[in-house]
Amino acid sequence: MSEPAAAATMTPQRELISFKVAEQYFCVDIMAVRELRGWSPPTPLPQSPPFVTGVINLRGQILPIVDMAVRLGIEPSGPTDRQVIIVTAIEGRLVGILVDAVCDIIAIAPEALQPAPDLSGEAAAAFLTGLVADEDRLISLIALDHLIPPIEVGVEAA
Amino acid sequence: MPEHKPVGTLSAESLAAIRRVFFDECDEHFADIESGLTALEHGARDPEVINSVFRAVHSVKGGAGIFEMDALVAFAHRFESALAEMRAGRLEPTSDVARVFLRAADTLADLVQAARDGQAVSPERAAPVSEELARFAAPPDPFETFDDIEFEPKPVAFEPMPAPSAGGVWNVTFRPYASLYAKGNEPAVLIREVARLGDATVTLDESAVPTLEAFDPEDAYFSWTIRLATTEGEAAIREVFEFVDGDCLLSIRRDDEAGVPPAPSVPDPTPKEILASIGPTQPAAPDTPAIRVELTRVERLVDLVGELVVHQAILAERISVGAAARNEAVAQALDDLGQLTRDIQESVMAIRAQPVKAVFQRMSRLVREAEQATGKRVRLLAEGEGTEVDRTVIERLTEPLTHMVRNAVDHGLEAPDRRAALGKPEEGTVRISAAQRGDRIVIEVSDDGDGIDRERVRAIAVERGLIAADAVLADDDVDNLIFAAGFSTAASVSDLSGRGVGLDVVRRGVQALGGRISVSSVRGVGSTFTLSLPLTLAVLDGMLVSVRGQALIAPLASLIETVQPRPGDVRRLGAATSLLSVRNSYVPLIDLGRALGYRGEEPAGPHAVALLVEDDAGERAALMVDEVLGQRQVVIKSLEANYRPVAGVAAATILGDGRVALILDPAAIIAGERRRSDPAGVAA
Amino acid sequence: MSAEAKTILTVDDSRTMRDMLRLALAEAGFKVVQAIDGAEGLERLDSDGADVIITDINMPNLDGLGFIERVRADQRHRAIPILVLTTESEPDMKERARQAGATGWIVKPFNPGKLVDAIRRVA
Repeated sequence: MSEPAAAATMTPQRELISFKVAEQYFCVDIMAVRELRGWSPPTPLPQSPPFVTGVINLRGQILPIVDMAVRLGIEPSGPTDRQVIIVTAIEGRLVGILVDAVCDIIAIAPEALQPAPDLSGEAAAAFLTGLVADEDRLISLIALDHLIPPIEVGVEAA
Repeated sequence: MPEHKPVGTLSAESLAAIRRVFFDECDEHFADIESGLTALEHGARDPEVINSVFRAVHSVKGGAGIFEMDALVAFAHRFESALAEMRAGRLEPTSDVARVFLRAADTLADLVQAARDGQAVSPERAAPVSEELARFAAPPDPFETFDDIEFEPKPVAFEPMPAPSAGGVWNVTFRPYASLYAKGNEPAVLIREVARLGDATVTLDESAVPTLEAFDPEDAYFSWTIRLATTEGEAAIREVFEFVDGDCLLSIRRDDEAGVPPAPSVPDPTPKEILASIGPTQPAAPDTPAIRVELTRVERLVDLVGELVVHQAILAERISVGAAARNEAVAQALDDLGQLTRDIQESVMAIRAQPVKAVFQRMSRLVREAEQATGKRVRLLAEGEGTEVDRTVIERLTEPLTHMVRNAVDHGLEAPDRRAALGKPEEGTVRISAAQRGDRIVIEVSDDGDGIDRERVRAIAVERGLIAADAVLADDDVDNLIFAAGFSTAASVSDLSGRGVGLDVVRRGVQALGGRISVSSVRGVGSTFTLSLPLTLAVLDGMLVSVRGQALIAPLASLIETVQPRPGDVRRLGAATSLLSVRNSYVPLIDLGRALGYRGEEPAGPHAVALLVEDDAGERAALMVDEVLGQRQVVIKSLEANYRPVAGVAAATILGDGRVALILDPAAIIAGERRRSDPAGVAA
Repeated sequence: MSAEAKTILTVDDSRTMRDMLRLALAEAGFKVVQAIDGAEGLERLDSDGADVIITDINMPNLDGLGFIERVRADQRHRAIPILVLTTESEPDMKERARQAGATGWIVKPFNPGKLVDAIRRVA
């Protein structure tokens, strides 16, 4: 049984935005979220990892799109134009993450954040860093800075 | 009488703006000082060269004085005095003297930088060079030490100190000579100023005016007597005539009839008092570097102009398919709009174009410091300094260039005795050159040193896990391993290159600008670093094409022509390579869709077109595309800003319909194709 | 004398100095015309005219003293008041400037109050 994520007025809260990817729930720190956008067809990038579906135009900036279903190794529920792109900022870079729906903004006390279960072998192990219980859902916390892995040496052409 | 507004305080903002201008100007002055002194060092004797260096130092001193940068002014004054001696012919412009002056210039630059950063400078920093300069300047100097400096107050407003209430009456007799008029002084103006000091009665004495025959219009015949009741002292009255002292007969006498005791003289407020009465005058906002601000503003402007160009083209296209196209007036107006847009764009780009000379000149100082740090002797040659590049690129040239030059001195060149043993001149040569090639600027840094020790590089690469122990690599590829992350051959961390920035960081920085950096080397002879950057980071002329339904832009600068290959023109070579016959030669035929990893069937239909492209080295290839959609001028958007470099793609752009289109990097595609079909690097 | 703003021609090869002068003079209600050296100064005199000239000494192409001599030699401009910008380290420059025909001087670094005082004494 997990404790309800009650809003504690004394301790500093952490605000998270939760979303749905193919029947599973995830969340990210709201401080990293810049805006929400509807889906638009991305321009594919050559030689890119399979979870990077391409780039779109964000008011004149080039925004890479990460398909969270692919990234998490979950069977995607199929692309629809009801999908949402969450525009996040990671160390000064903007990245859009493609999800099926945005659910809620939840505020939790830091103690309510449970450590991630042992996920070795799962694609998501690198960046699922915690678990939050909200009502009757288990929401996995995603650490955005490991979302796009850095370039491997010697692979990119000069 | 014309009354001017009372002088208000110069706003802190305006002063801050002029301060930025001053530092900008200092950069130009240092460029002049550097080139002038270098010329002197190499034997130039033209007095104008000495003059230009003098003026530059004089200007730095003048500006510094405005902002009360005392240490800077004092040192600049020493420097200026020594230069004045040379200008007057009392100091021989020998190479040794020029070298002292060059060190003085470096010190002056450091002082300016410290002032710019708001740091205090210890007097010891400038002392040794200052001593040497003092030896050159013979005559006694009011500015002997840093302590004796006195300056005019800062340019801030102040209220004139109220005069004491005790008044006085004065008789002022004023008789100008002809020379007073000849210098543009005007008695009426002077008398007016005297009258403003209080209550005045002016009497003209024209007794000296001769008859008409003897009258000389250039001569002076009038004199005036002014009876002035004023609360000001004698000094104030005399001050009015300060300029014309010697060009007139002037007597200022207290009128004894009034019987008023002389007013106690009130000393002029001291600078400290003035400043104290004003309060803090420094601008609250920190000094922002002017260039950085301009870059974003100008980038925005370039963006806007780029959008303007795109939309103007779209407008032209839409109208051309409609009925309005046949209307001559509309067609003409469109033409004019197009021309206007192009002119605007050219003007905006021209504002930003700058020669690379300034960046190259910084290298001179770098080499001097490197000489001192390593004990090696280096001669720096520069070519193509006038090559112009967009301002967005200029600023970012410094870092990679600095690393390449440091690398050349630190790792490339051998120590003087070793060079002598090898039969090379003791002084090593580092050559930097810039040239425009198409839409790129190519900068080379070459040295006549040892070249790259390929065995050592291989060994280290294997040790760090960068390549397999049995990997077969071409010489060029081994050389370019030095750019790999985590690579460093420095056995000891020297002062120069050990500053923690490896060549891999340099390369990533260069790539982020859409550039390339590579090295080639001949053992025992030397190495050449080649840096290629776009001329502008902003705008590109390209050909819009479609491949597997995706829109792509091929830069026009790499594009030679478009070809529609006939079936007979295509030859297969081995399992994976196709060649296209173009006139009398064969070039590799590359399916862009496959090269970029796009899915879909390769269309072999009649619409297939090939783009014949060429890279910096003259290597050619034919890129197969589905359709050519027309020329476009596009605003370049970075992929690295939010993502990372992509093989074969230089950058991206946003088309008129809002979609993102990738901008091809033909050279990378050609290189990638070569690697794919010849991975062992066996082919020539 | 009219109440219209006077035109001041400033001749100096340093942009910092030109900006300082323009700022101080505009504050005081003057109209400012600029030139970067003596040669351009002569051109601006011809095209724009001036009520007062403020000029630096050390300039390329045509320096301050040469500029003053040329102005004084021109019948149209010989009576225009000319103020030179001098520095404390050149005490004899005031005299040399006067001999060349300068009307007065302003010592650098100047403050706006002294600048306007100097202008008041010549125009």
